[in-house]
Amino acid sequence: MAAERKTRLSKNLLRMKFMQRGLDSETKKQLEEEEKKIISEEHWYLDLPELKEKESFIIEEQSFLLCEDLLYGRMSFRGFNPEVEHWCIFQKLMLQMNAKHKAEEVEDETVELDVSDEEMARRYETLVGTIGKKFARKRDHANYEEDENGDITPIKAKKMFLKPQD
Amino acid sequence: MAEPASVAAESLAGSRARAARTVLGQVVLPGEELLLPEQEDAEGPGGAVERPLSLNARACSRVRVVCGPGLRRCGDRLLVTKCGRLRHKEPGSGSGGGVYWVDSQQKRYVPVKGDHVIGIVTAKSGDIFKVDVGGSEPASLSYLSFEGATKRNRPNVGDLIYGQFVVANKDMEPEMVCIDSCGRANGMGVIGQDGLLFKVTLGLIRKLLAPDCEIIQEVGKLYPLEIVFGMNGRIWVKAKTIQQTLILANILEACEHMTSDQRKQIFSRLAES
Repeated sequence: MAAERKTRLSKNLLRMKFMQRGLDSETKKQLEEEEKKIISEEHWYLDLPELKEKESFIIEEQSFLLCEDLLYGRMSFRGFNPEVEHWCIFQKLMLQMNAKHKAEEVEDETVELDVSDEEMARRYETLVGTIGKKFARKRDHANYEEDENGDITPIKAKKMFLKPQD
Repeated sequence: MAEPASVAAESLAGSRARAARTVLGQVVLPGEELLLPEQEDAEGPGGAVERPLSLNARACSRVRVVCGPGLRRCGDRLLVTKCGRLRHKEPGSGSGGGVYWVDSQQKRYVPVKGDHVIGIVTAKSGDIFKVDVGGSEPASLSYLSFEGATKRNRPNVGDLIYGQFVVANKDMEPEMVCIDSCGRANGMGVIGQDGLLFKVTLGLIRKLLAPDCEIIQEVGKLYPLEIVFGMNGRIWVKAKTIQQTLILANILEACEHMTSDQRKQIFSRLAES
């Protein structure tokens, strides 16, 4: 008797996570859409016509910085405060550079900020040696000889028979 | 007596809004409406009735206009809120439209975001300093917003601070910092010992900080000195002797009302002595 009638699970139960793991993606999507429909019917909304906001092309700003190009407020003359003067000169140089070579400046800046590829390659060259030396055993230390500059460049161990000098 | 005044008031109220372009450099009064250049064509010469401006196909060709201090947006027009001269700046590059503002004079400072100001530390409370900037309420300055801030490296109550506002609107307490967005001081921070702090009008500060100001250049040739200008109307000066400092303070205060000839006379007299 119990086998004839199939117990039907409720919708809420079917929507639970552990029941959905076995489902296909399609059935999952269908369930989600049904859920959304249910939500939108229950939610309240205003039955008004769509008000189109007028695109305003006037922007309000309360700051004078946009209006007038004002200088920076801290100044020092005739060497009274060297720090401020150095900083002032630096700022003026930056402004000049910006004004004259705007496009070039952007490129220069990106190059300065990042380490150049050549430098990276050089650093890695020596880095491999130093790190390798750390893990090398005593017998392998002979492979790591120091250059004239003090850079450690790993020398590949040649597996050849070395004739003893005698 | 009463009649001309009422007639004048009526004429002002009944007059059409003027075009902003024609009023540049002239004195404008609060309550006037100004038309932007694109709108002048809509108003014909004979139209006495102000018909409502409708957004038509030309709307997409309008450029963005910035209305600065002293002006407010009123529909599609600019409404003047302060009396002064109307100024305009052409856009340098990129976005068009330019900036309109009113060059007015006032002594009371209202905190504005991005302004560099001189403040006096009045109190320590919790994690922040209370700094008096001349506005309606003291600004807050965090302990950590200095370059290289450490426990020992802190301003004391009574110090002068040169910083900029990060939050400044009418609804919240203003907040200021002494570092820029990258974390560098950029000249901001505690202003050194000695020197003299005095107050001037806001218009004078802007005049002195204009790029082509001769006063600063001439002053710089007199003797070694250091000046800090705060947009809240405060100037701090320091020179080697007290007398020089006082001379400098007097010059800066007086140069607001002097003509350039008088100024040159005074500078030449100082240069001689």
